[in-house]
Amino acid sequence: MEFKTFVFYLLATVMVFAALRVVTVRNPVHAALFLVLTFFNAAGIWLLLQAEFLAIVLVMVYVGAVMVLFLFVVMMLDINIDRLREGFWSYLPVGAVVGVIMLAEMVLVLSGPYFGLDAMPEPPAAQAGYSNTRELGRVLYTEYVYPFELASLVLLVAMVAAVALTLRKRTGSRHLDPAQQIAVKRADRIALVSMPAEKE
Amino acid sequence: MNFVVPDFAPAVTELFVAGMSLVILLLTVFMRESARNIGYVLTQLTLIVAALLTIFTMDGQVRVTLSDMYVDDLMGDVLKILICFSVITALIYGRGYAADRGFDRPEYHLLALFSTLGMMVMVTANHFLSLYIGLEMLSLSLYGLVAFDRDSARSTEAAMKYFILGALASGLLLYGMSMVYGATGNLSLSGVAQAIYNQAAVYDGVSSKTVLMFGLVFIVAGLAFKLGVVPFHMWVPDVYHGAPTSVTLMIGTAPKLAAFAMAMRLLVGGLFDLAEHWQTMLMLMAVGSLVLGNIAAIAQTNLKRMLAYSGISHMGFLLLGLLSGVVEGDRFNALNAYTSSMFYAIAYVVMSLASFGIIILLSRSGFEAENIDDLKGLNKRSSWFAAMMMIIMFSMAGIPFFIGFFAKLSVLQSLVAADMVWLAVLAVMMSLVGAFYYLRVVKVMYFDEPVDTAPIHAASDIRVLLSANCLAIAFLGLLPQQLIDLCQLALVASFQG
Repeated sequence: MEFKTFVFYLLATVMVFAALRVVTVRNPVHAALFLVLTFFNAAGIWLLLQAEFLAIVLVMVYVGAVMVLFLFVVMMLDINIDRLREGFWSYLPVGAVVGVIMLAEMVLVLSGPYFGLDAMPEPPAAQAGYSNTRELGRVLYTEYVYPFELASLVLLVAMVAAVALTLRKRTGSRHLDPAQQIAVKRADRIALVSMPAEKE
Repeated sequence: MNFVVPDFAPAVTELFVAGMSLVILLLTVFMRESARNIGYVLTQLTLIVAALLTIFTMDGQVRVTLSDMYVDDLMGDVLKILICFSVITALIYGRGYAADRGFDRPEYHLLALFSTLGMMVMVTANHFLSLYIGLEMLSLSLYGLVAFDRDSARSTEAAMKYFILGALASGLLLYGMSMVYGATGNLSLSGVAQAIYNQAAVYDGVSSKTVLMFGLVFIVAGLAFKLGVVPFHMWVPDVYHGAPTSVTLMIGTAPKLAAFAMAMRLLVGGLFDLAEHWQTMLMLMAVGSLVLGNIAAIAQTNLKRMLAYSGISHMGFLLLGLLSGVVEGDRFNALNAYTSSMFYAIAYVVMSLASFGIIILLSRSGFEAENIDDLKGLNKRSSWFAAMMMIIMFSMAGIPFFIGFFAKLSVLQSLVAADMVWLAVLAVMMSLVGAFYYLRVVKVMYFDEPVDTAPIHAASDIRVLLSANCLAIAFLGLLPQQLIDLCQLALVASFQG
């Protein structure tokens, strides 16, 4: 076996194992950590495919940022795992049947002659000094500038929607605004009432 | 590295809307609470100017720009204008409703504007990437809008369902696109069409055709979800019912035009040489939608759910138009078929706007007029709006001399021309079943005693616009030919051959 093939199978096995553990493990923190492992192995496979920029971005963005945030959320929120798993066994038969049928159908299509190595020949090897990152950078801001800018707007929409849905003024909190405290005037606190003097 | 700066002129409408949405976002962030009207006014102004810009730059030419990702053609322009007007109307109807329930914050209007931008991008897309990103922008804004009434458990549940199913559908669509890319090596829709054509001509292309078909199935599934047809309709009743009515109004109208454009771009623009395959898929979905939509609607007591099921059946009708284009490899009927389908989409949007408008008109703060029983005796409370609702219901049922009749008629004509008489018969039978629940609403309005006798509170702008909307249904029913001609002209100019 060629060394590259060996590496591929190693990465793929660990990845499938880790992905399975994500859904079967009991502890949500462990699940998140297994997801990190899955991403890491996927990045390795991308490296094998000579997509080194995407591999590094996957590690930096997903493993470095998204999953760390995810871990924070999982640890901060008190998730009752048993309640989440309530329907697991009752849904399992249906889910398993659907999964097996889908797998069988896709194997039928994908294992035929249509997706073999003959139908999808390997692309020619890149020249020496070819930089994946540079090529991506070159098309990202020229040829693909339209979807790129639109994608930034999509992220903005997500941000606006998230803020609009979660930001609310809490009533009944004891929060004090220092600016308001300093700006207070005498008239706000004391009201002078003139009353007729009372005679005995 | 020779890069030519693309011609931005054809995309001026999208650029304007995108720029204005950012301006509005920044302005409203720094505004006081009291000046929240600014967001609404600016959103409406932006939409009006966008529609005008499109009208003034409209011509019959097809221009492709931004490295093949954007196409400016007559079909896109017509649909963009209609989308703008539909969103403007929806925002006017929904404004009082949103204000009564305290969610007319600037973000609400802003998300509506972003969803319009998403629809425009979809309508003018000539590339899988821009199509998908436009779709995501539309969907994300709508998920946010559905959940906007965040203290209502029902609306949160609806948003959650919509979000999860929508994400699944996007996944299906993307998977299909990646398969088509694998088979053709092209992401641009015209490129895909060319590659499929070449492959069919050069060799018999068995291998890549299977891959193409594999992708096609997933693309059609994703498309069906966005249109809301059986078997991908599960979200429609729950989302229509759960979302605040002003948001239901937005989901049930303009996005249908965008979904129609997406179907045209993907199936007719990109995968036309596979027509015999996708037509069979659409046929199954259309039959399912017509049967399920009409029969399930009978059992509904909630007006919004009833309209949701009726929407499913109407989308089935729209598919009937799309699937009658190519008969055994012959394209003689294609123009007729797609024209009828486009006309149907426009007619449905006009009717749908008016029907949800009536629900909003009858609702007031703390009261949702969403049950059919709430319409009881409407004639005694306001004979004018009872008559308006009657026009809408007659038109949706397909009773002659309203726009809905001519929409159904043109689809049926195209079916008969394509020798699919049994489908036409089925469609007519199901329309008859549908007539039952539309006419029940009319019966309830005119022959039952009112339960709710409160007078109708509504701002005068809603009253005038809603009346105009309903009268348009009647008027376009008398003179449908101009609109049909416009659709035909747009399609001829956009897809020659």
